[in-house]
Amino acid sequence: MSNSKILANGVDVYYGSKQALFGISMDIKEKEVTALIGPSGCGKSTFLRCINRMNDLIEICKVSGSIKVDNEEIISEKTDVVSLRSKIGMVFQKPNPFPKSIFDNVAYGPTIHGLVDSKNELEEIVHSSLKKAGLFDEVKDRLNEPGTSLSGGQQQRLCIARAIAVNPEIILMDEPCSALDPIATAIIEELIDELRLNYTIIIVTHSMQQAARVSQKTCFFHLGELIETGETNKIFTNPDNTKTQDYITGRFG
Amino acid sequence: MNNSIAKEKIISLRKKRSLEDMRFKYYGFTAMCLSLAVLVFLLYTIFSKGYTAFQKTIVLLEVDYNQEVLKLTPDSSDEDMEKGKFFRVKKQAIENFFPDLSKSDIKLVKKLFSINVDKEIKDYFLDNPEVINTKQQIWVTAHSDVDQLLKGNSRRDVPEDRRKLNDIQLSYVDQLVEENRVKQVFNNFFFTKADSRHPEIAGVVGSFMGSLFTLFTVFILSFPIAIGASVYLEEFAPKNRITELIEVNISNLAAVPSIVFGLLGLGVLLNVFGLPRSTPLVGGSVLALMTLPTIIIACRASLKAVPPSIKEGALAVGATKTQAVFHHVVPLALPGTLTGTIIGLAQALGETAPLIMIGMIAFIPNIPTGLTEPSAALPVQIYLWVESAERGFQEKSAAAIMVILIFLFMMNAIAVFLRNRFERKW
Ligand SMILES: Nc1ncnc2c1ncn2[C@@H]1O[C@H](COP(=O)(O)OP(=O)(O)OP(=O)(O)O)[C@@H](O)[C@H]1O
Ligand SMILES: [Mg+2]
Repeated sequence: MSNSKILANGVDVYYGSKQALFGISMDIKEKEVTALIGPSGCGKSTFLRCINRMNDLIEICKVSGSIKVDNEEIISEKTDVVSLRSKIGMVFQKPNPFPKSIFDNVAYGPTIHGLVDSKNELEEIVHSSLKKAGLFDEVKDRLNEPGTSLSGGQQQRLCIARAIAVNPEIILMDEPCSALDPIATAIIEELIDELRLNYTIIIVTHSMQQAARVSQKTCFFHLGELIETGETNKIFTNPDNTKTQDYITGRFG
Repeated sequence: MNNSIAKEKIISLRKKRSLEDMRFKYYGFTAMCLSLAVLVFLLYTIFSKGYTAFQKTIVLLEVDYNQEVLKLTPDSSDEDMEKGKFFRVKKQAIENFFPDLSKSDIKLVKKLFSINVDKEIKDYFLDNPEVINTKQQIWVTAHSDVDQLLKGNSRRDVPEDRRKLNDIQLSYVDQLVEENRVKQVFNNFFFTKADSRHPEIAGVVGSFMGSLFTLFTVFILSFPIAIGASVYLEEFAPKNRITELIEVNISNLAAVPSIVFGLLGLGVLLNVFGLPRSTPLVGGSVLALMTLPTIIIACRASLKAVPPSIKEGALAVGATKTQAVFHHVVPLALPGTLTGTIIGLAQALGETAPLIMIGMIAFIPNIPTGLTEPSAALPVQIYLWVESAERGFQEKSAAAIMVILIFLFMMNAIAVFLRNRFERKW
């Protein structure tokens, strides 16, 4: 079997005095797609945002426990969040391209990290990232147009291109298809399937079908607790826990 | 049965609600009309009082550039020309202004001319030295008293001792009008000269430039500080008691009466640091202090208006906090901050009290050319002119108000332009 890429152990998260996550432990394997499912408000986004320390932005949010990425502790004062985030890309629920040109959107990451020495190199990275995100053919003639002029699905793929342009190892996706129509969703799902070959992906989704389609592992959250985790096939056909059973069969949530 | 009663109740309630709607619409409309009417009335008053200031009265004077009188020769050097006895030429011209003037009448006639006439006669000659030994008909500036009389601003039907011009002078003016030796033209002095004790040659440029230099100082001082402070408070400051205290006090400072800032300028900038009095540097510093809170509040509002998702996007690709803020948040907030700054500057432009405190109320007859030169400012100039006893200054003050209003409109137009130009959709 492949190695574990992310190892969470007893992660507690508090928003002020309210506890949002209770002792989450999880083992995420390299180059797999892991889906996080569960009813609204159960803490999926919160957990996802722990992995790239996005919760730092929320003043009242306190995280304790241990998360190791490549065997390195990241829940620590000493963690270099900038290099952590360049290793862990994130795609948000709502597409949030910068109000700049399509080119600049993708070029921003490589530029600030100094990944390129010349204009040509930068162009190469931008083009290859857009290609990997399956967007290049649609936008190659208008790279100088604002990223915000694209359709929702295109914007989301632009955000994926922006995330992979800095050559991360892990991509976090928080309901990447929630604002998209079925066709755009299908395109992104296909894309996730391809990206799996090179990246470790964690995706939050409310769509059981989507989780079943794209993921190898599935984790079911409920009220801040990790109820069950396992092979997607098993979770969807024969879960151990009755809550999981109830949720995936649509009896609650 | 019950059902139909309920339905009726709903219908009557709906009628009441739509009536409420109507009423509120009318309130709003009336309020808007009222404020518009007040504005129009204000503009009308100012314009009707002030438009005459854009004209001046000139009188046709025959000047004999006789070389004996001037004590010059046709081949005198330029330097000597400067030293010509032009006051004698002028004296002679006035003595001959009307035929057979008695000595006492000459004195009266002299008072029909502006003090500036000496210079006009001289300038005319220096521009055309070939007129030596010829008689020239020159249009020269009339005294403000004549000007005001012809513009109808001062009345001639009051008793003589309450008039600036006595009966003899009036008859001379009438004679000039009859002989077409007097006319009104565009008042270029108003737009080229600084303040003067003589209304007919007082201009607005000195105080305009003073205001410009002052605003420049305000901008240079307050914009960077305001951006720095608001970015720090909005994006970097830890949320604790001290920050809260600072935030509250910024709002408090915005409400401090401006004269207090003037006192501060007087006490600290002038008396402790010994900066030069009456200068745009000091005035601008004081006004910068005064407008800083306003600008900071506006800047913070526009920083807050930038969607956090943009910053999150930047942070997620590994930007540092500083990069995320300065690459994405600040540029997006820039139109808002610029608009806020311009509004702050507009506020500073109209401020009078603090400038009076630091001595910008002094009479300055020169156009300032730098930040450390004594100068006036537009609102103070208006105040000075309104205060003045001379009739001729009244129209000037109204005209100066027009200038300041146009200045303000232009600044607001720039603010709107910048907002539209840089505003991005996301
Ligand atoms: N910024 C915040 N401040 C306070 N509480 C928060 C904050 N963000 C989330 N929470 C709380 O933490 C809990 C988990 O929220 P989270 O956003 O992780 O849920 P989620 O599983 O992503 O839900 P959804 O599927 O609706 O996105 C919720 O009860 C929510 O109220
Ligand atoms: Mg969520």
